[in-house]
Amino acid sequence: MVPLSYYLVLSGILFACGVMGFLIKRNIITIFMSIELMLNGVNLSFVAFAAQWHALSGQVFVFFVMVVAAAEAAVGLAIIIAVYRTRETLNVDQVNLLKL
Amino acid sequence: MMPNLNLWLIPVLPLIGAALNGLFGKRLTRQAVASAALAFSGAAFGLALFVAARFSTLELPHVETVAQWIRAGNFRADFAFYLDQLSLVMLLVVTGVGFLIHIYSVGYMWEEGGFYRFFSYLNLFMFFMLTLVLANNYLVMFIGWEGVGLASYLLIGFFFLRDSAASAGKKAFIVNRVGDFGFLIALFLLIKHFGSLDFTQVFQQVASLSPETAGAGLLTAIGLLLMVGAAGKSAQLPLYVWLPDAMEGPTPVSALIHAATMVTAGVYMVARSHMIFEHAPIALTVVAIIGTLTALFAATIGIAQTDIKKVLAYSTISQLGYMFMACGVAAFSAAIFHLMTHAFFKGLLFLAAGSVIHAIGGEQDMRKMGGLKEKIPWTFWTMTAGTVAIAGIPPLAGFFSKDEILWRAYQASWAYWLIGLFTAFLTSFYMFRLWFMTFTGSYRGATKEQHAHAGPAGHAEHGTHLGRDQAASRAAGAPAPHGHGGIHESPRVMLVPLVILALLSVVGGWIGIPGSMGGGNHFDKFLAPVFHTSTPSLNTQHATPGEVAPPEKQTEGPEPQTSRATELLFTGISVFAALLGFVMAAIFYYLRPELPDEIAHALGGFYHAVLNKYYVDELYSILFVKPVVDGSRRILWHGVDQSVIDATLDDSADGARHISDTLRHMQSGNIRSYAGWVAAGAAAVIAYMVWMGAR
Repeated sequence: MVPLSYYLVLSGILFACGVMGFLIKRNIITIFMSIELMLNGVNLSFVAFAAQWHALSGQVFVFFVMVVAAAEAAVGLAIIIAVYRTRETLNVDQVNLLKL
Repeated sequence: MMPNLNLWLIPVLPLIGAALNGLFGKRLTRQAVASAALAFSGAAFGLALFVAARFSTLELPHVETVAQWIRAGNFRADFAFYLDQLSLVMLLVVTGVGFLIHIYSVGYMWEEGGFYRFFSYLNLFMFFMLTLVLANNYLVMFIGWEGVGLASYLLIGFFFLRDSAASAGKKAFIVNRVGDFGFLIALFLLIKHFGSLDFTQVFQQVASLSPETAGAGLLTAIGLLLMVGAAGKSAQLPLYVWLPDAMEGPTPVSALIHAATMVTAGVYMVARSHMIFEHAPIALTVVAIIGTLTALFAATIGIAQTDIKKVLAYSTISQLGYMFMACGVAAFSAAIFHLMTHAFFKGLLFLAAGSVIHAIGGEQDMRKMGGLKEKIPWTFWTMTAGTVAIAGIPPLAGFFSKDEILWRAYQASWAYWLIGLFTAFLTSFYMFRLWFMTFTGSYRGATKEQHAHAGPAGHAEHGTHLGRDQAASRAAGAPAPHGHGGIHESPRVMLVPLVILALLSVVGGWIGIPGSMGGGNHFDKFLAPVFHTSTPSLNTQHATPGEVAPPEKQTEGPEPQTSRATELLFTGISVFAALLGFVMAAIFYYLRPELPDEIAHALGGFYHAVLNKYYVDELYSILFVKPVVDGSRRILWHGVDQSVIDATLDDSADGARHISDTLRHMQSGNIRSYAGWVAAGAAAVIAYMVWMGAR
């Protein structure tokens, strides 16, 4: 049996990778994927705890998160396509029309 | 049960007229406006006559309370009206002369714009003036007092497009404020010490006080402050400066407000407060001195004026000075007598002057008049009546009232009499100067060639021609340009009031023929119950205040035989002074017209000082107006407003902007930096929790 701490460390690493990617990357799609990475890092800790404590609610929660993430992916990709069509770039630093 | 005369209707009727014309007059025709104004002011006059007819049956003073107004603790002030002999005289003068001037105005103002506005203001003035004279307490009087000031302001500035008229209105209002300030403080003192503003109550309490001899007494202070108010309203030194400028208003206004009625409000107020003044000899002396000096001062200025209305304005100030002189020597009934006769002849003079101005197309400079005697005979004869009346030549009205004042002034002090006599001479001189310059000699105006084409046709035909012209424009009901074919007599609607006032100027004095001339001095007797302390013997020390002297004693004086001879002698002297003024004016302005210039040249600086009204306006400008304007500009505007109030706001706004400018860099708009902060914050929270958990 793999101890819980392993899962949690992996989950933390995944989350940290997501945060770093989100902060560093300029491409919207990469940022988007970083968000997914963070979500999945959290998901991993949910299921790890659920298995540890033999409680189903953690697993159920993960399904909710995945549903929301899928919906978010659909909306987010649509926005990304719309941004690309109007701005012809995916660099977030150039999508700054609302900035003073 | 006292009969209810509905006194409140008398002031309220003109108010309704004012409201009608003010609110709807713009949509009404001139005929409707004029008839509304005349109906309501005429109704007020009719009611006043009705009151006068019922007067002998009344128990005096007759008080009618209409409504409660202020009830605060022990203090009460109601909307109440007070009728006694004094109010009745004022009531009849105000409504009577006012009504006549309303009639005259219909003709005079027919072709002016703002016809309805004019009559609305005129009726409004009547309302306030009647409130003033009928008031039962000082507070209601103060309403009227302020209200006539407002009406006066509105009417002086009637031609508000003309800058001089607008500023003259403001000047009148501001100068009056100075006087009102004194009046108001006097009212506060009355409330503080007598707990009431009611005439009857205040006078009862005052009557029980002993006369003050010290200068710092309460009644002296009240009297002096009331006099400040009176000086403002009645154009006495040093607050007279607004009245000459008030001639910017239409001439009927000058006649009604600035000669016959409103300016006499101060005299009325002092006479009404006679109880206070009689208990404050010092205040009374001040009243007499101010009146005497004003009479002389204004008369000397009047000599050199060339504007026909300005001469009359200074003459008004001078005559008001006479009235205050009479008040100051406790001859209140003489003051009111002169007030009444003055209302007749000065109203007449102004209206006649208006008729002259009307006749020659708006020219007011007497140097451009002359020879108008044949051209406008009605105006000429009525004006002659007025001039002779004011000059004090018997048996016209002015003679009796002025003679009475001079005689009573002499009993107080020969100095008052001497100055008064000299002023009487000056009055006669400048009035006949006006008369000669206007009516005799040859016409010096510019419209000679215009006049020529109408001249040979004969005056009567010329008159009818213009009459038709005016009738046409009247029927059209539209303001037509003044069809000025030349010098012409005024329409009948203007002449009738002139004639009536002329008759009153002739006979108006006969009700007050003194005992020394075989008359009964009915006027003095009539007013005696009001001024029951003002006996002739009082001149020494006002010794018997509050005592009701037997009425017979008042007209006769202490030593009837000797004083009668002396009185007749003094009458002779004042008539001589008046005639001397006439002769001098005749010499200077009729027989040898080149003399005035030579004398003016010889007098040099003094003449210029008089011509420029002793530079009083300039002096006030330096003393009061300039400091106020400069102080306002430098201290209040640049100093307080700009560098304190504005600066506080501007600087705080600037500060907010600077701080925001600095802080806004936190909001870079860079999402990743926000996310970085969020992550850092989260990390900090987690670190804290881990550390807490580890403990």
